[in-house]
Amino acid sequence: MKSNRWTDCGNWVLDRFPLTKLWNDHMAHYYAPKNFNFWYFFGSLALLVLVNQFLTGILLTMNYKPDAKLAFDSVEYIMRDVNWGWLVRYMHSTGASAFFIVIYLHMFRGIMYGSFKQPRELIWIFGMLLFVALMAEAFMGYLLPWGQMSYWGAQVIISLFSAIPIIGDELSLWVRGDYVVSDATLNRFFAFHVISVPLVLVLLVLLHIIALHEVGSNNPDGINIKEFKDPWGHPVDGVPFHPYYTVKDLVGVAVFLFFFATVIFYMPEMGGYFLEHANFIPADPLKTPEHIAPVWYFTPFYAILRAVPDKFAGVIAMGGAIVVLFLLPWLDRSEVRSIRYRGGIYKKALLLFVISFVSLGYLGTQPATPTATTFARIFTAIYFGFFLLMPIYSRWEKFKKVPSRLTPVISLEDRIPALIETFEEVTVKTPVTKEDGTTVVRRKPNFNGMANVVVRLAKKLKESLD
Amino acid sequence: MNKLLTLFLIFMLPFTVLASEGLQLQKADIDLTNNASLERGAKHFVTYCLGCHSAKHIRYLRIAIDFDLKEDKVLKEIAPLGANIYDKMTSAMNAHDAEKWFGIMPPDLSLIARSRGEDWIYSYLKGFYTDKSKPLGVNNTVFPDVGMPNVLWQLQGEQTPIYKNVDGREVIEKLSIKEAGQLSEKEFDVMINDLTNFLVYVGEPVKLERERMGKYVLFFIFMIFILSYLLKKEYWKDLH
Repeated sequence: MKSNRWTDCGNWVLDRFPLTKLWNDHMAHYYAPKNFNFWYFFGSLALLVLVNQFLTGILLTMNYKPDAKLAFDSVEYIMRDVNWGWLVRYMHSTGASAFFIVIYLHMFRGIMYGSFKQPRELIWIFGMLLFVALMAEAFMGYLLPWGQMSYWGAQVIISLFSAIPIIGDELSLWVRGDYVVSDATLNRFFAFHVISVPLVLVLLVLLHIIALHEVGSNNPDGINIKEFKDPWGHPVDGVPFHPYYTVKDLVGVAVFLFFFATVIFYMPEMGGYFLEHANFIPADPLKTPEHIAPVWYFTPFYAILRAVPDKFAGVIAMGGAIVVLFLLPWLDRSEVRSIRYRGGIYKKALLLFVISFVSLGYLGTQPATPTATTFARIFTAIYFGFFLLMPIYSRWEKFKKVPSRLTPVISLEDRIPALIETFEEVTVKTPVTKEDGTTVVRRKPNFNGMANVVVRLAKKLKESLD
Repeated sequence: MNKLLTLFLIFMLPFTVLASEGLQLQKADIDLTNNASLERGAKHFVTYCLGCHSAKHIRYLRIAIDFDLKEDKVLKEIAPLGANIYDKMTSAMNAHDAEKWFGIMPPDLSLIARSRGEDWIYSYLKGFYTDKSKPLGVNNTVFPDVGMPNVLWQLQGEQTPIYKNVDGREVIEKLSIKEAGQLSEKEFDVMINDLTNFLVYVGEPVKLERERMGKYVLFFIFMIFILSYLLKKEYWKDLH
């Protein structure tokens, strides 16, 4: 009797709201290619981190005070006197860095497998808008603890607006609301960080996913799975997102949370990269720190800014480094999507790009010595070269034959025998006689075997670049 | 192969060229489980530091709980006279006087261990030496032109620098004790280490608790991983 009443209630809603349709369109009847690999975890992980930031962020606002006189102390109050406040705060601060790790890997996946190419250009554009919104969110959130690095980081970045000719000074004044970063700046950044930008983020996430589900997901082979359909009209190489990918993503979530919790509980400062040492000193407008560096996730772009001698040109270069990413779908002239079947020239270019991006990230954390600046310039040139020369070199590519059906993904369990074999190769069993006369067989490293394995790996790596 | 090697070298170069030369700091021996050391450190802090420096983010009650001490004992043996158990560790010095005497308000030390690091504090407190050219008559090896007098000189004794010529510049090689203080060198090192230990504790009182909790959380997540992996295998076993 009771259960009937519940069913009636449920039906009452379902008659008036397309919940079943939404669920089927986006989960139960959304067909995704069945050979997603490791790289395809980061989309759902980004969503998980977003939820984490929302929940912990809401809890933090309950005790945080957006006031230049109180902000720093209120953060320490959360860390010490609020029940579980330290956990919430570390989840939020680690979450910020985790967000960028996940997003950078997610974007790299897109570049690797050509997920930005026709017909998924709009997904890429929404994704890039998300990335820009995320950077704004992170930048404004970083001011809120009101530490020395928060303060001076914001001071340096806002002063970039003043490099714009004619309107620059007025513009930076308008952004700050004062002649220096002050209480007014803190208040408006708080408003943007907790209301405006999160709303934009949620909206863009929805657009990103709706656009994706309209054209369907790409795959590591970069081929269209809709060409082969079964009698019921479903792609033969596709599986319903729910339950197949919901349960698979759950595994990814567990692995991610393991690393996430390790950082939170054992290294929340991450050696000064996730929480910078200088940010444990309250903001002091009269004392400039010796070395101002943004948090690690901005450092590649910061290095590009510093690599250019002229301030305004540097700002243009930094903005340009993000704008070229938007243009990627039109810069790449290759007909083949996935890196698996693309020519060696693109693979090498991508490798160079990754090396220059990581190096720029490192250089951005270091003081700008003449040698460092020279290297930053070389890597900046490679960064832009990768994108701007793409229309030329992507035409020269010699493609491999693209299969018409998906290639199967090798699961971790299938790899175990090969791993055991490699382990046997790099170790050698030697009988050791103990003091009490018994003989035991111990494994010792086998250097010949190790050399063989390394040579084989290097050969494989070289082959994969052709 | 050649190309790869070149790429690798390009990648590695910035790391070798820019390897920065850090100051040689002495290592502090931090043990947050050593309640006796923390208790001594708290006493030293109140005796020698609290006159000028506050640690306004820690309460005496928290110290009593975390060091496993009776509240009475904390009030009698650690806290200054007249302090309440719920009070924060505030200094009696006010900003107006401080600026008149030192030109600047001595900083709050609640987070000094997190901004400077434990080895820096340890080396700093041991790094004072006589330098008649400075207004306070002392200088410091890790904090040049320091604005703080050496409050511990009676305990440590007077230190003078021994110089060494490096590339035409006089560089301090080490400090030597000219006039012995009330404590032997070893006793002084233990005292500074206790003080540093206490400051590291004050920087993040919850540190021990979070590390203790971490293993259970990681174990729980690992269990979730196994369950979700088995679930995934079960669902995917029919797919080819």
